[in-house]
Amino acid sequence: MKKAFGPLLVVVAVMFVVAPFLIANAPYESTMGLIQKIFYYHVPSWFAMYLAIAVCGAASAVYLFKGTPIADAYATAGAEVAVVFGLCGLVTGPLWGRVAWGVWWQWDVRLTTALLLELIFVAYLMVRRFGGPGAEKLAAATALFGTATAPFVYKSVDIWRTVHPQTTVIPTLKPSMGGPFAFSSLAFLLLSALLLTARVHLAKRQMMVDEMYLAYEDQS
Amino acid sequence: MNVDFTSVQLVDVSRHFGRRRALSHISLRASSGDILGLLGPNGAGKSTLITILATLATPSGGEVRYGDQPAARLGAALRIRIGLLAHELHLYPELSARQNLAFFAQLYGLDPRPIVEPALESAGLADRADDAVSGFSRGMRQRLALERALLHRPRLVLFDEPFTGLDDRASAVVADRLRALAAGGAIVVLATHDLDLADGLVTRVALVRNGKLVSDERASSGLRARYRALIGAA
Amino acid sequence: MFFRTAWLVLRKDVAIEVKSLEVLTTTLFFAIACVLIFAFAFVKNGQAPEDAAAGILWIAIAFSGTLALGRTFERERYAETLRALLLAPAPRPALYVGKLLGMLALLASAEVLLVPLIAFLFQAALFSRPVLLVGILAGGTVGFSAVGTLFAAMLVRARSRDVLLPILLYPITIPVIIGGVRGTAALLASPVDEPSAIMWIGILAAFDVVFVTLSLWTFEPLMTE
Repeated sequence: MKKAFGPLLVVVAVMFVVAPFLIANAPYESTMGLIQKIFYYHVPSWFAMYLAIAVCGAASAVYLFKGTPIADAYATAGAEVAVVFGLCGLVTGPLWGRVAWGVWWQWDVRLTTALLLELIFVAYLMVRRFGGPGAEKLAAATALFGTATAPFVYKSVDIWRTVHPQTTVIPTLKPSMGGPFAFSSLAFLLLSALLLTARVHLAKRQMMVDEMYLAYEDQS
Repeated sequence: MNVDFTSVQLVDVSRHFGRRRALSHISLRASSGDILGLLGPNGAGKSTLITILATLATPSGGEVRYGDQPAARLGAALRIRIGLLAHELHLYPELSARQNLAFFAQLYGLDPRPIVEPALESAGLADRADDAVSGFSRGMRQRLALERALLHRPRLVLFDEPFTGLDDRASAVVADRLRALAAGGAIVVLATHDLDLADGLVTRVALVRNGKLVSDERASSGLRARYRALIGAA
Repeated sequence: MFFRTAWLVLRKDVAIEVKSLEVLTTTLFFAIACVLIFAFAFVKNGQAPEDAAAGILWIAIAFSGTLALGRTFERERYAETLRALLLAPAPRPALYVGKLLGMLALLASAEVLLVPLIAFLFQAALFSRPVLLVGILAGGTVGFSAVGTLFAAMLVRARSRDVLLPILLYPITIPVIIGGVRGTAALLASPVDEPSAIMWIGILAAFDVVFVTLSLWTFEPLMTE
C-alpha cells in the first residue's frame, strides 16, 4: 500500500479536479435545479464513511480477539476517517434539504442512521481519549457493537418514520447522471482509502517510536 | 479437566502500555515449596507480574507456563489452582464474614459447610462471623481475606503486599501461614517492598526495578543490607 | 458450572441488595422523578400529547437503568471484587450472565411500578393487551440490559466511566428505544394495533439475540487487561 500511495494521490487529485466539470455538465434534475448537484458530493461521502466504518469494525474485531497492535491502528484510522466523511455528509444533507424542501432536518432514514453512526464513532474517539490506559480495547468493543447495531438502527428508523411526514425521495437517476455519479463515488472512495492509508502510516510510525522508547529503556 | 502443576515459569515476559514499559523480558521460575519474594520499590512492576501470574492480564510478549503448559491452553480449569490476595482484599463489605466465605467457596465449586467454620476459626473471627465486613478493622479484614484466598487450597499462592497495615503479631501469623503453605507443596509468590518482613521468610529472591529483573537467586540473610544498593533507597 | 456460577452471582447480588435496598429504592424514585419531569414538560391543559406516555415510559427506563448499571458495578469496584470473580474457575461469560440477570430483575421491579404509574397519570390504556405489553417490555429491557451490562463491566477500570457509559450506551441502544416506544404506542392506539406491536416484539427479540451473543463473546477479552 505504501508504494501505491504516490500514484493514488495523483489519481485522486486529478479526479477531484476533473469532477466539478463533469458535475457542471451533468443534466439538471427536473424539480430541484442547481442544488441537486450537491448529491454528487453528499452520497459519495456516505460511501466513503461506510468504507471507513467497515474497516474500523473489522479491525476492532481482530484487535479485540487477537490483540494484534496493527489492527488497532486500522481501527483508529477507520474511526477518524468515518467521522470526517460523516461530517461532510451531515453538513451537505441539511444544506440540500433546506434549499430543496425548506427544512433543515426531517428525519430521513439514511440521514438519521448516519447521524447515529457518527455519534457512535465520535464516542469511539472519546473513549480512546478519555478512557485511561487500556482504552483501546473498550473502543474496539464500541466499534464492534456500533457496527452491529447499524442494521437495526436503519430498520427501526425506517419503520418509525412512516409516522412522520415524508418529504424526501432520492431522485431517480437519469442515465446521463449515472456517469458523473459513479465518477464522484469512485473519487470519494479512493480518497477514503488514501486517508486511511495515510493515517495507518502515521500510527505505524508512532508505534515504531514507542518501540524505540521501549528498546531504549531495555538497554539502560 | 484436572489441572495441576509443580512449577510456574515466566518466559521472557514483557508488558507495556503504549510507550510505558511495565515489565521487560522477565524470565523466572518458581517450584513447589518455594517462597519466591518479588522485591523492589513501588512502581517496579511487581503488581503487574502478580496480575499476569493470576491470568487476569496477558503479557505483551513472552508467555507464562504452569507446569509445562502455556496459560492459553489450560483455560478456566487452571484458575482453581490459583489463589490471590491483593491489597484491595476482595471482600464484599455488605455481607458478613460467613457469607463472604460461603460465597467464594461455592464459586470455587466447594461445599461450604466443612470449610467455612474452620476458616473462620483460623482467622480468629468465629465470634464476629455474622457481622458485616464493613465493620471490621483492617487487620480483621486482612485475616478474613487471607482465609478467602486459601479456601480452595490453591497450588499457586500469590500475595501482593499482604503485610500492609498489620502489626508485628499479625505479620508473624501471616508469615507462619506462608511457611506452612510452602511446606505443604504450594508455590508461594510474595510481592513486597518491605525487605525486613521478607527477610527470613522467602527462599528465593527476585529483585525487580523499573520493570526489569535485576537479580534472581536463593535467599540469604540480611536482605536489606544486601539489596539496598541494588534497589536504591527502598 | 456455567449456570451455577451465574446463579451464585445473582444470589449474591440479591443478598447484598436486600440488606439495604439502596439501589432498588433510589432507582425507583429516580424513575418516578423522571416521569414527573417529563409530565411537567409535556402536559398542556391537562392533556399529554399523543404517544407521550409511551415515550416517557421508555425514557424513564433508559435513564434509571443507566444509573442503576453504574451503581451496581461501583459495588464490584469498591474492593476490586470483580477481580476475585474473574479468578473463579468458571467460564467468565457466566459472570456476565449473572450480572445481566440481576439487572433484569432490577429493571423489572422498576417497570412494575412505572407502568401503572404512567397508566394512572396519563390515562393510558396500557393494560388492554397485557401479554403484548409484557412482550415489548421484556424485549426492550433485555436488549438495553444486555448492552448496558457489558459496557458497565468493561468501563469499571476506565477513567471517566460515569459519563462514558451513557455516551456509549444510548446511540447503540436506539433501536431498543424506538422499538419499545413504537411498540408501546401501538398498544395505546385506538384501535389497538396488534400487528405492529408483534412486529416490534420480533425486531426487539432479534436485537436481543444478536447483542447477548456479542456480549458473551466479547466479555472475556474485554475483562482481561
